[in-house]
Amino acid sequence: MIDFEPSEEQQLIIDTVRGFAEAEIRQSGRDADEAGKLPEAAIAQAHELGLVSNSLPEAHGGGGERSAVTAALVAEELAWGDLAIALGTLSPSLLALPLADYGTAAQQAEWLPRFSGPSFVAASLAITEPRHDSNPFRPTTNARRDGADYLLSGAKCLVPWQDSDTPVLVTALDGDTPQAFLVARNAAGLSATPDRYMGIRALPTAQLTLEDVRVPADARLGGEAGCDLRAIVSRGRVGPASMAVGVARAALEGARDYAKQREAFGSPIATKQAIAFRLADMAIEIDGARLLAWEAAWKLDQGDDATREATMAYDQARRVSLAVTDGAVQVLGGHGYIRDYLPEMHLRNARGFACFEALTLV
Amino acid sequence: MAISFEATRSTHDAAAYYNEVAREQMRPISRKYDEAEHTLPREWVDWYWESGRKRPPSTAQLGEETDGMIQVCVQAEELCWGDAALYLRMPTPALGGSAVSAAGTPEQREKFLTAFRAEGGHPIWGAMAITEASAGSDAAAIQATAELDETTDEWVLNGTKIFCTAGEGASQAEGGFVVVWATVDRSAGRAGIKSFVVPAGTPGMKLVGCEKKLGIRASDTATLVLEDCRIPRDHLLGRAEVKKRDSKKTADKGFKGAMATFDASRPIVAAMAVGVGRAALDFVLEELERNGIVVRWDAGLHDLSAVERDLIEMQAELQAARLLTWRAARMLTLGKANSLEASMAKAKAGLAVTRITQQAVELLGPRGYSTQLLVEKWMRDAKINDIFEGTQQINQLIVARRILDYSSSVLR
Repeated sequence: MIDFEPSEEQQLIIDTVRGFAEAEIRQSGRDADEAGKLPEAAIAQAHELGLVSNSLPEAHGGGGERSAVTAALVAEELAWGDLAIALGTLSPSLLALPLADYGTAAQQAEWLPRFSGPSFVAASLAITEPRHDSNPFRPTTNARRDGADYLLSGAKCLVPWQDSDTPVLVTALDGDTPQAFLVARNAAGLSATPDRYMGIRALPTAQLTLEDVRVPADARLGGEAGCDLRAIVSRGRVGPASMAVGVARAALEGARDYAKQREAFGSPIATKQAIAFRLADMAIEIDGARLLAWEAAWKLDQGDDATREATMAYDQARRVSLAVTDGAVQVLGGHGYIRDYLPEMHLRNARGFACFEALTLV
Repeated sequence: MAISFEATRSTHDAAAYYNEVAREQMRPISRKYDEAEHTLPREWVDWYWESGRKRPPSTAQLGEETDGMIQVCVQAEELCWGDAALYLRMPTPALGGSAVSAAGTPEQREKFLTAFRAEGGHPIWGAMAITEASAGSDAAAIQATAELDETTDEWVLNGTKIFCTAGEGASQAEGGFVVVWATVDRSAGRAGIKSFVVPAGTPGMKLVGCEKKLGIRASDTATLVLEDCRIPRDHLLGRAEVKKRDSKKTADKGFKGAMATFDASRPIVAAMAVGVGRAALDFVLEELERNGIVVRWDAGLHDLSAVERDLIEMQAELQAARLLTWRAARMLTLGKANSLEASMAKAKAGLAVTRITQQAVELLGPRGYSTQLLVEKWMRDAKINDIFEGTQQINQLIVARRILDYSSSVLR
């Protein structure tokens, strides 16, 4: 039966994450953006909620409750709090979920348990490449067999790069199929340069250069069987789509509250149709984008190929979040442009969804 | 419950059945009745009355779950995928029926709706007459009057109604009816507005004619004049008394009650819109595929053609409209207040399919613009969805009031 209500359990998770986002992230998001640094305490606290480990296999210490829909709900709430902190908080998903889906027994045993340990462990996934025509389905980074090993060459960017001792998962073309490889951060030939972007300034990111980085054959995700990069990309479109919805929702709420309190020509500007209708359009588009993201997530949970749905959801969400955050800046007028208020940050963050594929996974 | 996009067996069956109806009964005569405006589409109306009303039973087992109102939306989508104007011309109680169901007593429902389920007989229609020359979106400005004649126990209606969908059939074919909105007390404003059931053929209700329109030409959009039109006292839907102006909260309730019909009808109208939009989109996708153009969902931005980008956006927009529609319908099934969601769905669907059908014409070049194909018709048909049953702007207003928590006196 078609239904649009989260289960009781999901509602509980939504309420918990929303409460956390409101209390711990909303306030610190702006400071973190200015400082260009994630609030470690908040991320440690979020770890205790088990947002990623809940979905990992029980055999490796996780909660065994894998659901892309639930993950989408979590992603929206966290991003409503703050996008950069949300990405930092959920970065373990970037390695843990592909490992759970495709990792060999040895790969899982080596890396999965630590994501359910007592302290937060960050992770990195390198999909996007520093070129105008970067396409996650067709990496130009190359994996070349060399005896028992692979040699990886190429460049990646927009790689979340918090301190961690976990390997970075790098996608590369292996023959003519795109695959993913576990690469130690200190591997010879791998260099990471910190990068800064217009938005998500609090999230450490790196540009990676790989020059004949030698990894053993068993560093290929899934070993002989490999992985299904299509599905990883779909998961990497649904996650950011939900986060885009969260950012847009935060922007709309800010604009709404401002419009109700700001007076011009003798009454709150929200009582004027020019403003009120724009807010209405924003609300409609946000709900539509959210439902597309849910449908794509649900499709993933059915085990189906969700490439079409995930692409539509991501495409719509990034368009909507840009329009909504731009609308929020406009509603606040001059105040929307200055950094005392949040809309300018929301706008900078929202534009990033043009290239935030696989910055988080569901 | 839990978030799910899995339609029930019953919904799948309904979709398949109505899609077949659309293909076999509607599409073949779509162009004919677009051109023969104001002609009764006899073969369609008769077929529907004799056969179409009785859908073969679903393969779903007794007691199996259904999607409730979502299934009704799926039905509307499929039939409007066939032809939106012929859908509006179906001999059913339509919006008049919604009003009787929502505001009528059990006796009134029995009296006015039974004939629509009767075997045999001739096709009949229901309709709703709200709009006047000077009262469109601002329904509270209605000028038509209803006066009670105590001596005969009759209401006497006077006024002129325009843009009444199915108004020709409903006013002329005996057994049908028109629900007319009129004021019993102009000084009371919206609190004075009531709705009345005027049976087809009632002396004093005159059909002036039907509009010539941009699209949905097979749908009879009538002007009706009420001239000392007398109907029995018990044809009033709801209560007769007018709440005083000073008791503002309750005064609004009668009018709001009448407006609540829209909470049920807007998701269906939104679903109709989605049907027209899908007709155009399906056609464009098939036509382009025949010419070797298929959306590559895994292509990067720089590999996608402009046309592929359009097609992706059109599909996403249509699906967003459909899901918003289903959400509003689902809430209706669950008995939840859905004004906000119904208006969101209607606003989104009306605009989305207006754009999608316009884009469809563009994507097929001169063929899209030609009357050899139906795409140009779908574009003309689609536009009405952004106007009737609450314009884009009225629905924006409703959404805005809800999200801002403003009353209609604060956000006008």
